[in-house]
Amino acid sequence: MADTDRDLVLQTAALARLQLDEREAQHLGPQFEAILRQFRQLEGVDVGDAEPTTGATGVRDVLRADEVRPSLEPGVVLANAPHRVGDFYAVPKTVGGPD
Amino acid sequence: MSAEFERDGTAWISASTGTRWVPVIGLEVHAQLATQSKLFCACEVRFGAPPNTLTCPICTGQPGTLPVLNATAVELAVRVALAVGAEVAAESKFDRKNYFYCDIPKNFQISQFDRPYCTGGGIQLPSGRFVRLTRIHIEEDAGKAIHDRGDETLVDLNRAGVALIESVSEADMESPEEAVEYLEALKEIIRYVGAGEADMEKGQLRCDVNVSVRPQGEPWRTKVEIKNLNSFRNAREALEYEIPRQIEAYESGDETRFPRQETRLFDVRAGVTRTMRSKEGASDYRYFAEPDLPPLALSESFVERQRGLLCELPEARRRRYREELGLSEYDARVLTAVREVADWFEAAARLSGRPKETANWIANDVLGGLADPKIEATSIDELPLKPFDLAELIALVAEGTLHSTGAREVMGEMLRTGAAPRALVAERGLEQVEDEGRLEVWCREALEGREQVVADVRAGRIKALGAAVGPVMKASAGKANPRRVREILLRIIGEDE
Ligand SMILES: [Zn+2]
Repeated sequence: MADTDRDLVLQTAALARLQLDEREAQHLGPQFEAILRQFRQLEGVDVGDAEPTTGATGVRDVLRADEVRPSLEPGVVLANAPHRVGDFYAVPKTVGGPD
Repeated sequence: MSAEFERDGTAWISASTGTRWVPVIGLEVHAQLATQSKLFCACEVRFGAPPNTLTCPICTGQPGTLPVLNATAVELAVRVALAVGAEVAAESKFDRKNYFYCDIPKNFQISQFDRPYCTGGGIQLPSGRFVRLTRIHIEEDAGKAIHDRGDETLVDLNRAGVALIESVSEADMESPEEAVEYLEALKEIIRYVGAGEADMEKGQLRCDVNVSVRPQGEPWRTKVEIKNLNSFRNAREALEYEIPRQIEAYESGDETRFPRQETRLFDVRAGVTRTMRSKEGASDYRYFAEPDLPPLALSESFVERQRGLLCELPEARRRRYREELGLSEYDARVLTAVREVADWFEAAARLSGRPKETANWIANDVLGGLADPKIEATSIDELPLKPFDLAELIALVAEGTLHSTGAREVMGEMLRTGAAPRALVAERGLEQVEDEGRLEVWCREALEGREQVVADVRAGRIKALGAAVGPVMKASAGKANPRRVREILLRIIGEDE
């Protein structure tokens, strides 16, 4: 596996907050490469005359009126939370997140 | 910070090297839009609700749900765009900004990346600089992560999905003062057009600052981002710390200390900025088009309808108050800081026909009434006193029925009770004494035994007259017109000469 593949795997893993060891990175490298190769086929298509588009369906401006409807009870939304404190979701201490 | 700096205009002059360092500042401001419901779902937007009571499958990112854009959010966003002279895009789109953090349940934020709904425009600062805007885009807010309760981070998603606009300025500012002016002006515009309350205490206006320094005339250097400044004061203090920090780092000559591209956090208590992380490039957010939302096409008629709803903006009002009504810059500023106050002033000035007096009363008394805890009013419209009554009071003074001391007393009562001024004047017997005979008797009494006053005035020291005016005012229980009293006193002193 080329070093760039390995770097790509590790960078992607870091962005996904996944910890990979060397063996896993080695294992995933060729899979990444295969997926990317498949998509690269698209680069061969001639799109010289095509206008850039922002959507494929032609649908525009789907808007809703600014009206409030009841929210869910905290008991319901928190039902599947792995861990909670009172009506808060509780997660490991993570100060100063990405944004 | 040990080094000393002398500030000259926007330059920070280093005491040790004499170099003139100039800051380069750009701001990114997030402002909450005043919608009833969230940007993409019907959950209520409410500050201070119990945790996780304002969420639903959409804003908690459950599989299989679809966001639908709030029409009012678009209207309000367009109004801000028009107010700052930005160009509204005929077509824009939404994108996913991907990152992992506990406050963002979908693992991405719906924002606008390469096709924001508006670009350009700018804000005129009172001190003279024009700050260009790069763009404004619509996006959803994240939830709130609470770190100071126990060993874990607690997450409240009530705020997740609330409608925001993010305004990105060009790096056109050169001082902490200009940054604060810009924030104040932007807040004022957002409030004036009714797009939001922009209350920093409620987190409705938050700002990130980009700042670098350079020797005057030299190219820009590496910029540092300071995140999550939640008050004007924090923004100013963070810059007042960060600017000399960067200058000192450069002047140390130690390249390892030179500012690098990074994100810093402002520690409010310590008054310092600290490294949070090295800057992630835009590609790290792996932006891509939001497949669940169709593009937004804003027709010309839609944009024009919003333009029709714009009121006169504060800067334009101030100019009119100065040029057409003859008010001072200071008065114009006081009156336009809040739109309701400006509207109230205009109503009262129209009724009284005396804008200058109207402005004085509002600046000196009416706004003071708002701060009085005994008067329960949070805005000028809630005061018992109405513009018509102020106009009446001004008329009473102008026609000579009421002198200024009595008027102040009446104003105090009007502020508390909303009573009509004419009725109050009659009830309290505050009409000025116009009876010349009575005034003359009091004046002659006041001069008796005050030979020195008479001598001084005759010698040209007119100021001495005050010692005789006081006793007359006292004798009249404050109802004499001081100007008339002076005239009579001078006449009597002149007669006997
Ligand atoms: Zn919701």
